[in-house]
This record gives sequence, C-alpha cells and structure tokens, in this order.
Amino acid sequence: MVPVPSNAIIPERDIDKTPILETHHLGIDFGGLTAVDEFSLTVGRTEIAGLIGPNGAGKTTVFNLLTNVYQPTRGDIILDGRTTARKTAAQVSRMGIARTFQNIRLFSEMSVIDNVKVGLHNSINQSLAASITHLFGYGKSEKKSRDEALELLDFFNMADLAEHQAGSLPYGEQRRLEIARALATHPCIILLDEPAAGMNPSETTELMENIRRIRDNFHIAVMLIEHDMNLVMNICEGICVLDHGKVIAKGSPEEIKSNPAVIEAYLGRKKEAAEDAEG
Amino acid sequence: MKKTRKLNKFTLTNIKAYGIVILAFIILYPMQSAGLISNSISGQLVPICTYIVMAISLNLTVGFLGELSLGHAGFMSVGAFTGVITAICLQNAVPAPALRLLIAIIAGGIFAGIAGLVIGIPVLRLRGDYLAIVTLAFGEIIKNIINCLYVGVDASGLHISMTNADALGMVNGQLILNGPQGAVGITKMASLTAGVILILFTLFVVLNFVNSKTGRAVTAIRDNRIAAESVGIGVTRYKLTAFIISAALAGMAGALYAMNFSTIAAKKFDFNTSILILVFVVLGGMGNIVGSIIATALLYMLPELLRGVADYRMLVYAIVLIAVMLATNSEKAKQLWERTSFKLKNNKEKERGEG
Ligand SMILES: Nc1ncnc2c1ncn2[C@@H]1O[C@H](COP(=O)(O)OP(=O)(O)OP(=O)(O)O)[C@@H](O)[C@H]1O
Ligand SMILES: [Mg+2]
Repeated sequence: MVPVPSNAIIPERDIDKTPILETHHLGIDFGGLTAVDEFSLTVGRTEIAGLIGPNGAGKTTVFNLLTNVYQPTRGDIILDGRTTARKTAAQVSRMGIARTFQNIRLFSEMSVIDNVKVGLHNSINQSLAASITHLFGYGKSEKKSRDEALELLDFFNMADLAEHQAGSLPYGEQRRLEIARALATHPCIILLDEPAAGMNPSETTELMENIRRIRDNFHIAVMLIEHDMNLVMNICEGICVLDHGKVIAKGSPEEIKSNPAVIEAYLGRKKEAAEDAEG
Repeated sequence: MKKTRKLNKFTLTNIKAYGIVILAFIILYPMQSAGLISNSISGQLVPICTYIVMAISLNLTVGFLGELSLGHAGFMSVGAFTGVITAICLQNAVPAPALRLLIAIIAGGIFAGIAGLVIGIPVLRLRGDYLAIVTLAFGEIIKNIINCLYVGVDASGLHISMTNADALGMVNGQLILNGPQGAVGITKMASLTAGVILILFTLFVVLNFVNSKTGRAVTAIRDNRIAAESVGIGVTRYKLTAFIISAALAGMAGALYAMNFSTIAAKKFDFNTSILILVFVVLGGMGNIVGSIIATALLYMLPELLRGVADYRMLVYAIVLIAVMLATNSEKAKQLWERTSFKLKNNKEKERGEG
C-alpha cells in the first residue's frame, strides 16, 4: 500500500504485476455525514496490508465499500483490473474478494462444515435437479464439497469440530471459522475486520502465524483492520491510517510508527479522553 | 458444545419421516378396507394427508427460508381448481382415473408454482416482512376471483365468464366452476393411497432439497443474509427457488384435496385455513419436518376426537393449543426434554472433556 502515485511500498515481488486492488478517490456520505473521503490505495497481489485508525474513523465502512455492501458516493474500485461499480455484493464476491465481519456473522444454526460448504457454493457444480433428486452427480459433487471443506478446516486445525454447531463454538474458533468460510470462495484478496478482537495473547500469536500461512499457501493478498498495534506492526508490509474518514498516512510500519500525524491522531484522542475522564 | 451429527442426522430424519408415514399407511389401509374405521374418520384421511403436505411445504418457506407466509391456502386453492378443471376436461381423453388424478395433481402443482413465481419475483427482492402481507392479500384475492368465476367445457373447448353460468354460452357442455358454489360435478378420485404417495413425494423433495447445495444456500440466507451475499450467493434467486417449490407442493396438495369431494368452494381455502397450517408448522417446530407431520395428524384429528364433548370442543382445542405452545416454548420443558432424550449424547460429550 503506497502513497499514490509512487509504488515504493508494494512488496518488490508484486511490483510488476497488476495490483489486486486499487481505489481512486473513494468516498461515501451518510446523509450529511462524510464517513469516508478521498480514499485512494493500491494493494499488491500477495501483500499483507493494514488499515488502522481510531474508533469511528471509517475503517469498516471502507470494507463495506470494497465488498459493495455500500455503493460509493464518489470514486472507483478496481478489483484485479476490473471495476466493481454497479455490481451486487454477491457478484463482487465471485470476482475474487472475500471478507470477515467485525461482529461475527456465521450461519450459526448450521454445522461448522456446512458453513464452509456454503463458502464453496460457487465452485461446486450441482444443479437444482441434482439437489432435489440426489441423482445426476449429486454424490460426486457432495463428496467434492465435503473433501474441500475438510481440507480447509484442517488448515485451521478445526477438522475435528466439523459436525459441531457453528453458533456454539468458542469465540476464537468462530473467528477462525469465518476466515475458513471466506477462503472457501477461492478469493484473490481477503479482508479481515478486527480478526484479533477478543483474543488472548496466545490466540493472537497463532492468528499472526495463520495470516502469514494464508498468504503463503493460497498466494493471495490480505488486508486487515486491527487495533492491536503489535500484530499490525509485526505482519503488515504496508499500512494505511484513517482518521475522520480521511487517509492521514501511508507507509511501512517504521514510517507509520514515527509519523507525527499518526501519533497526534492516536495520542490526541487519548489526551482528550483523559481530560474528559478528569473533568 | 452442541454437536450436530450431520450425515447421521440426515439419514435419521429420513428414516423417521418416511417410517412414520409408511407405518401409518400399513396400519390404516387394511383397517379402512375392512371397514374398521368409522365413516367420519375415514372421510378425514385424505384431508389429513393433504394438510400434512401443506404443513411440510409451508415449513420449507417458514422454517428453512425464514420468510412468513400467511397465504399458503391460496396456493392450495389455485392447485385445487386447476386440478378440477384439468380432471373434468380430460374425462374422455384419459379414462384411467389414477392417471387422470396424477395429471390433475401435476397441473395443480405447475399453476400454483407459477403463482408463487409471480408473487415471489417482486416481493422476495425486498428486505423485511413484506411476504407476509402480500401472501395474505394473495389468498384473499384468489378466493374472491374464484368466487365470481364461471367455467364450463363443451365440445368446442373451455368457456370462461365472470358474470354468470348462462353467459358461458355452452352447447351441451358441463359446468365446472359455478361462481360462489365453487367446483361442481367432481368425480371423487382421491384415496388414502394417493394421499400417502403424495406425502412421500413431498418428503422426498423437501428432505433432499434441504440436504443439498441449494438447500444450504437457502438456510444460509435465513441464518445471515449479509454473510450469504459475502460468499457469493444470489439471495433473490435462492429465495425464489424455495418459495416456488413450496407453492407447487401446496398446489399438488390442493388438487388432491379437491378430488376427495364432489363439490368444493373457494371459501374452504381462506385466511383461517392458512393460519391453521401455520399453527401446525409452528407447533411441530420450525424446520422440523417430522414435527410437522405429527402435529398436523394430531391437531387435525383433535376436533374430530373431541366430538364426545361437542359443546366444549373448540374450547378444549384452544386449551390444547396453548398447552402445546407453552410446553414447546418454555425453557424448563426444553431442559427436561434434553435431560431425558439427549442423555446419551451428553454423556459422550462429557467423555470428550469439552466444556
Ligand atoms: N450505515 C450507516 N449509516 C450511517 N452512518 C454510518 C453507517 N455506517 C457507518 N456510519 C458512520 O460512519 C462512521 C465510521 O464508522 P465505521 O464503522 O466505519 O468506523 P470504524 O473505523 O470501523 O470504527 P471501529 O474501530 O469502532 O470499528 C461512524 O461515524 C459511523 O457512525
Ligand atoms: Mg469497524
């Protein structure tokens, strides 16, 4: 992720390839409120990118724009070289973008493996006739979806939980399942909205390891929103800082750590909060 | 943690559902042939079968798709009158009654399915409980249209009028639909066997559907629409698919129901009937097919069995409904149920040492 137009921070291995994601002057207004404005960024094909900022900065709104949950008021999104304008959320998913949600959204009444099978939906070839009659290649397609789902669960060490009800899993495992389901759509880029929220330090360490494994195994880009600075500074190659809907800094972890505007945005908030608490 | 043993659960549900129906048939069929069942109950067997089909198909919309429909009887009505018209028109062309019945049921299913498509396309795009309102209106509209519809058939084909029977201008024809009187001159072709076959067919369609790629997509939309969209599922398409299947099965049930009587009026398929079916589904359990079958059979027979206390019949019926509702919704009753019936399962969980 780089200050447009220079490409300096995209990892060297990705520089010669089309960026997986580009946004140009993206913005959205909710009534009178401008939640995101002039948001431009580029993400390399196998980059791990971070999106940080204080509460209410507009980070989740950016994810909702990228996945067409919201339609932008201004600007364009280019996913793998193609515009996503006027597509539905389901259509952009099929174009190769997958995501998790800040407040977990699993199919909680369904089993763990069925959650992943739903993620595999578009890569499993089963006609309506096969669905109703359980003939016409039903067995073959179900076996394929079961095998692939188990393989993904195994990647996250969850294969033994396959038949459990998703909603009854502990919090950390629900977050992992959400990532597995997103990966099941065979994306080119996965967006993770606060994947470490509510996790203890050992779970967070495991998560960092998993994020790297996702990039290395599936050769995809990862973009994550996180408040855990240790995690962000450790695994992100490029970081974008958002405050009040505007990008206030972009760069490598080192650059971000020493950027005065970033320090001001974070410490300024803390000072205000401290003063509020005193007053 | 709650465990759902999926493969086992699917076969288990199948065995239970098909088993109950086949067992009931094996017991009832010889009894009916031997004349051991009283006339009043014997006459209820086909209606019970059709109401079981209605409940299972409504469960697809309410339990699996998660949309409220208050006009399921409307689809039954479309199927019933399409079926009757088809059967009477084919009286000479298809002399074998079983085949004629089959064709009538299929025609009923197709037309009800088309009605489901016409309603579903505009409504299922919307987010919110619009389906409840529109299906409610649909049920009433269908009733009123059929109430003033006159249909007859003669050598030159079908005649349709909205004013009166004379306006049909038939030559030696047969009147099929006679306005508020409904369909007349139906040859009774329905039988317990036909009813059971239709239930088994419905079970086959619904149980298979629920355990398939398409069915999982439908359940996923119910559990979390936004998440379903985020993995690339086109929501409207799958909602429509489930809704049309549900409507078509209701239409088939309607056709069979109508063939059990010599005349049938549109007011039979009114709002009360829709609510009655919904009550069967809710009491049997949302998404619980076996529950729908049992609840329908018991609750449909209840008023009949209560004939002894004729004056208090509806009072007792209401009390039973409330009691079942309390029992199925209270936490205590659920705990009691789990403690007894899931003991085996819980023990296994404990052995695994999970908490
Ligand atoms: N659908 C909406 N309608 C109106 N306002 C919205 C909507 N979605 C987001 N907002 C507003 O946009 C702003 C940014 O919200 P957003 O959820 O993107 O913040 P965030 O950076 O993800 O914060 P957090 O770290 O708390 O998750 C907030 O002021 C929020 O109230
Ligand atoms: Mg957020």
